[in-house]
Amino acid sequence: MSSEPIDLSRSGNDVGTIGDRVARYVFFACAFVTVATTVAIIAVLVEGAIDFFSAVSIVEYLTGTNWSPRAADDPSFGVLPLVWGTLMITVGAALIAVPVGTLTAIYLSEYASPRVRSVVKPVLEILAGIPTIVYGFFAISFITPILQGLGGRVPLLPEPGTFNAAAAAIVVGIMIIPMVSSISEDAMSSVPDSLRNAAYGLGATKFEVSTQVVLPASLSGIVAAYILAVSRAIGETMAVALAAGALPQLTRNPFEEIQTMTAYMVEIGTGDASVGSIGYQSLFAIGLTLFVMTFLMNIFSMWVRSRYREEYQ
Amino acid sequence: MSTPPTTDDSGFEFDESAVRRKRRLGKLFLGLCGTATLVGIVALVALLVDVVVEAWGWLTWEFLTYPPSQIVEHYDPSNYGDLPTGPGGLYPAIVGSIYLIVLTAIFTLFLGVGAAIYLEEYAPDNRLTRFIEANITNLAGVPSIVYGLLGLAVFVRALQTGASLIAGALTLTLLILPIVIVQSQESLRAVPDSMRQASYGTGATKWQTIRNVVLPEAVPGIMTGIILSLSRAIGETAPILMVGAATTMFTPPELTDPTGPFSAMPMQIFEWAKLPDGDFQHVAAAGIVVLLTVLLLMNAVAIYIRNAYDPRG
Repeated sequence: MSSEPIDLSRSGNDVGTIGDRVARYVFFACAFVTVATTVAIIAVLVEGAIDFFSAVSIVEYLTGTNWSPRAADDPSFGVLPLVWGTLMITVGAALIAVPVGTLTAIYLSEYASPRVRSVVKPVLEILAGIPTIVYGFFAISFITPILQGLGGRVPLLPEPGTFNAAAAAIVVGIMIIPMVSSISEDAMSSVPDSLRNAAYGLGATKFEVSTQVVLPASLSGIVAAYILAVSRAIGETMAVALAAGALPQLTRNPFEEIQTMTAYMVEIGTGDASVGSIGYQSLFAIGLTLFVMTFLMNIFSMWVRSRYREEYQ
Repeated sequence: MSTPPTTDDSGFEFDESAVRRKRRLGKLFLGLCGTATLVGIVALVALLVDVVVEAWGWLTWEFLTYPPSQIVEHYDPSNYGDLPTGPGGLYPAIVGSIYLIVLTAIFTLFLGVGAAIYLEEYAPDNRLTRFIEANITNLAGVPSIVYGLLGLAVFVRALQTGASLIAGALTLTLLILPIVIVQSQESLRAVPDSMRQASYGTGATKWQTIRNVVLPEAVPGIMTGIILSLSRAIGETAPILMVGAATTMFTPPELTDPTGPFSAMPMQIFEWAKLPDGDFQHVAAAGIVVLLTVLLLMNAVAIYIRNAYDPRG
């Protein structure tokens, strides 16, 4: 009969009962839900944003420095104060999570014994699993009082308000430490030992091996981790809504009250913005801004990882 | 060179001060890495201790079984004796959260596992498949509040479910779907191909093989993944807030009427934490302890399943 080799690797036959034929399409439909989700997210955000921009000029939105959508006589829709608030939180969080997360990753990958690692890693995973609302509570009940206590005594440190950007940035930073440390550690652990041994053979110390061999070799994974963590900080909502306040302003003082894009969305979401009102529409304009920012960061992170990956056999 | 080179037994010359400097640097660096690792652990301990201390004395049986109250004294156990309306508590939100998670679990189970089966067992290696997988990775990075906007526009408004249990559950389903799919895929991939071949060899069709051979083998891993994802969903506040979860419900929602209004634990905690009256912080903390306990139980179940069915265990 046929001399062609039969490929058994992927298929049983599909042609048996009706169930067999239907199953394939049902499962495809399930997978397609994810594509539909993306399409729906983009459609919903763009549609709402179009409504919004028919009432507000897009130039005013992108360049305005005053966000006061509820001012009765002269509402103003400059998104910059909200973006600035988000940036303050993100930069503050990164200042904590990047050094702490990277050094933690180096410790776990290069120094820690398997026993220590098997304890510390799950503990850090717990940190990642705690709901963000709990971090918000932690900020207002623990971090802010500490900052306020320091405020009077430490020179140059102004008295923080009940709501301030610093406390929110600190808890968001803590929240994303596990993200930085676990992805970076994965990257460091995948650096082959032959590289380390070669360096030791040249007389390098452990410190030199860690910082001059392992770190550069795993840099793409580490940078990808930073970007993902920053993207997470940009989208972080409940902690900043509780701790950072609801006053959109362009301030350089991290101990003042601010408002982030996400916190504004929460403010409108808990209020009763009626459908079609400018407040309701502004949700989607802000949501689109947020989505575009995080989307670009996620794509950038994937690109960094694939572009600069060192391949080891 | 300031110090004369030292010679060791074998006549090898080295600069002793340089060696000492390198040793000190190495120790300093190790100390730095260790300290950084401690930051995460200390933060976790501080967070948990802070929550428990704040909640101490406020978490009672009555707190779990009574509806919330606007008056903070109603939550204080020392006042329980002389209250005309009964104590205040978290009951409707606990029930709401449980129903929310049950519905989310049902939707996620079908969609998540179905999609994973398609991608692992059926999908040809073509552009569409790669696009679906890249899209899933991307969806995992979309901020949860954006899913809330999606739920608000699609489920609440377009499909007219109102601010209901079903809208909340569907929104949470879409939120955790990417994680569930990826974890289910890993479980399916771990089933050895030889088992599939053996099944085909007995004349089974593809669907019979998946149903009778592959799925039973992968179920523990899939269940672990789903439970862990659900434990993330139960703590999510932003999506259900945008969908319009009630800030305060005095009666629990009805599972028989999934289109009715609902509250959920994180939503109720957010409401309490926002209130200026200092004692509401204790009430919020008590709520957080309940939420974290539920999370802990769910994680314990997931870990138990993983260990119980671990072939290496």
